[in-house]
Amino acid sequence: MNSPKINIKPFGVHSVLIEWPNEVSEIILEKILHFERFLTKEVFTNKEWELVPSYNSLLIINRTKQLDFQKLSSDIHKWYLQLKESPKPDRYLWRLPVSYDLEFGLDLEEVASQLHKTKEEIIALHTGATYTVFGIGFLPGFMYLGGIDKKLEMPRKATPRSRVVKGAVGIAGKQAGIYPQESPGGWNIIGNCAVPIFDASKENPCFVSVGDKIEFYKISKAEHDLCKIEAEVGIYKPEKIKIDA
Amino acid sequence: MLKVLKAGFYTTIQDAGRFHYRNKGVPVSGVMDEISVFKVNSLLENEESAAVLEITMTGPTLIFEKETYMALGGAKMSATLNNLPIQNYKVYMINKGDILSFGRLEKGFRSYLAVKGGFTSKQVLGSRSFYQPITKYNRLTDNDAVPFAVQEDFQPKISEIKVASFLDDSVLEVNKAPEFDILTDKQLEEIFSRTFTVAHENNRMAYQLSETIQAHTISMLTSATIPGTVQLTPAGKLIVLMKDGQTTGGYPRAVQLTDRAICILAQKKGGDIISFKLV
Repeated sequence: MNSPKINIKPFGVHSVLIEWPNEVSEIILEKILHFERFLTKEVFTNKEWELVPSYNSLLIINRTKQLDFQKLSSDIHKWYLQLKESPKPDRYLWRLPVSYDLEFGLDLEEVASQLHKTKEEIIALHTGATYTVFGIGFLPGFMYLGGIDKKLEMPRKATPRSRVVKGAVGIAGKQAGIYPQESPGGWNIIGNCAVPIFDASKENPCFVSVGDKIEFYKISKAEHDLCKIEAEVGIYKPEKIKIDA
Repeated sequence: MLKVLKAGFYTTIQDAGRFHYRNKGVPVSGVMDEISVFKVNSLLENEESAAVLEITMTGPTLIFEKETYMALGGAKMSATLNNLPIQNYKVYMINKGDILSFGRLEKGFRSYLAVKGGFTSKQVLGSRSFYQPITKYNRLTDNDAVPFAVQEDFQPKISEIKVASFLDDSVLEVNKAPEFDILTDKQLEEIFSRTFTVAHENNRMAYQLSETIQAHTISMLTSATIPGTVQLTPAGKLIVLMKDGQTTGGYPRAVQLTDRAICILAQKKGGDIISFKLV
C-alpha cells in the first residue's frame, strides 16, 4: 500500500502534530492508527509520551521534555517510510440500542419534517448505517462518528441547548454521536442510548477506541428502561463483534 | 482531615494531572499554576505530584483536625492562621484545631495550600484532580473533609523561601501552533502588536480574551488540543485552553503558550491585560 503523505508541524515545545491529507477517509484513519500503534510499541514507550489520533492527525506529546522539532520531525519521516504492514489490532463493531421514543427524540419530528421524511424513515436511515469512530474528544467518551447516510445530513441547531441529557443520540452535518454525559450541545437529538459510553470507575473508562465501528438498533422505551437499570447496576454488556482485519 | 467551614468561591483538589486518557477525551486537569505549586511542594519536601488545594479568588475557611505542616503559594490572599497574618512560601507547623482563613485578594488569582505529604483524597483514573464528571464533585463545599497523610517528626530543611514573583508579569511567551503558518499577516500582526483584556468568561477550561482580531473562514477537521493552545474563532476571538480544556477542537490553533505563560495566565482574572510574544 502506498502511504499517504504526511506533514509534520510544531505545536509548542512539548508536542508535534503529524497531519495526513485533509479528508475524512477510512484509508487515512487506518494508516494513522497503524502508525500510532508502531510508535507506541517501538518508539514512545516511556510514560512521558501520549498520542492522540483524530480524523487526519496524530498528536505526539511529551509532558516533561522540550522536543527538538527538527530532529523529531526527521525521525518521524524516517519511521513512517519504514513502516511495515503488521498484524492489525483487534477492532470491534459495537451494536448500541437506541430508544427513539419522542420523550428522548426531542428533534425527531423536526428532523423528519425538514428532511421530508417520516419518523420511521429517519430511524431506518440512522440504524441502517455503520459508523466509524474518527475521534474521541470534546467530552470524555464523546465519539465523532462518520458514515452518516447522506439523506440524514442536517445542519446543527441554530441555537444550541444549554442542557442535553446523558445518552442523547444526535446528528449534525456529516456526523453522528452520543452525549456521554449531560452537557450543552447544538446537535439534533433524535433518541437516547442508555449504555454508558464512559465510566470513570473502570480501568478502561471508555470501551470504544478510535477506529472502532458503531451500529445503532431500535428498542422500545420499556427495553430502554431495562437497559438503563442493567447499566446502573453494572451488568449491561454492549454487544460487540470483532471486525475481520 | 482538613474540614471546610466555609467553601469560598472555588476551591478544588488538584495534583500534577490525569495522564494517558486524552485519547478517550479526558482533559489533563491538574494545578493551573505549576510553578507556584512546585515551590510549595518542594518547601514541604513533598513529591512533585502531591495534591494541593487550588483556591480561586475568594478563599475558604478551613480547620485542621490533626497536626501537620503547611505552606501557601501563588496568589496573595491575606491569609491568616488563627487570626494571625501568615506569608506565602513559608512552612507553618499546624496543631489540631488551627483555623486557616483568607481575606482580600491582593495579587494574582489562585492560591495554593500544600500540607506535608499532600492531600490523600481518592484517585480517579490515576489522579486526585477534580474534574466533573470524572470526579463526583467539581469543587469543595461547606462541611467537606479532605484527608491528608500523617507525618511525624518532620524537620523542614528550609522554613522559608524568597520567590521571584511573576504575579505582575503580563507578557505571555508563545511558540507556533499547527495553524500558525496559515494565519494572515494582519492576524499575526494583531496578535503580537497589541494588548488583550482577559474576559470575564474565564475558568479552568479556557480563558477568553475580549478584543477580536481579523475574522476568518478557515475550515479544518477536528484535531488535538492541549493546555495553553490559543484557538482563533471564525469571529476573530482568541480562546486560550487551560488545564480542564477539551482534548480536541475544530478552530485553528494559532499559538501555544509556554509552560510558564500558562502559569502567568492562570493568575489573571477578568479585566487584566496581557500580551503575546513569540519566542
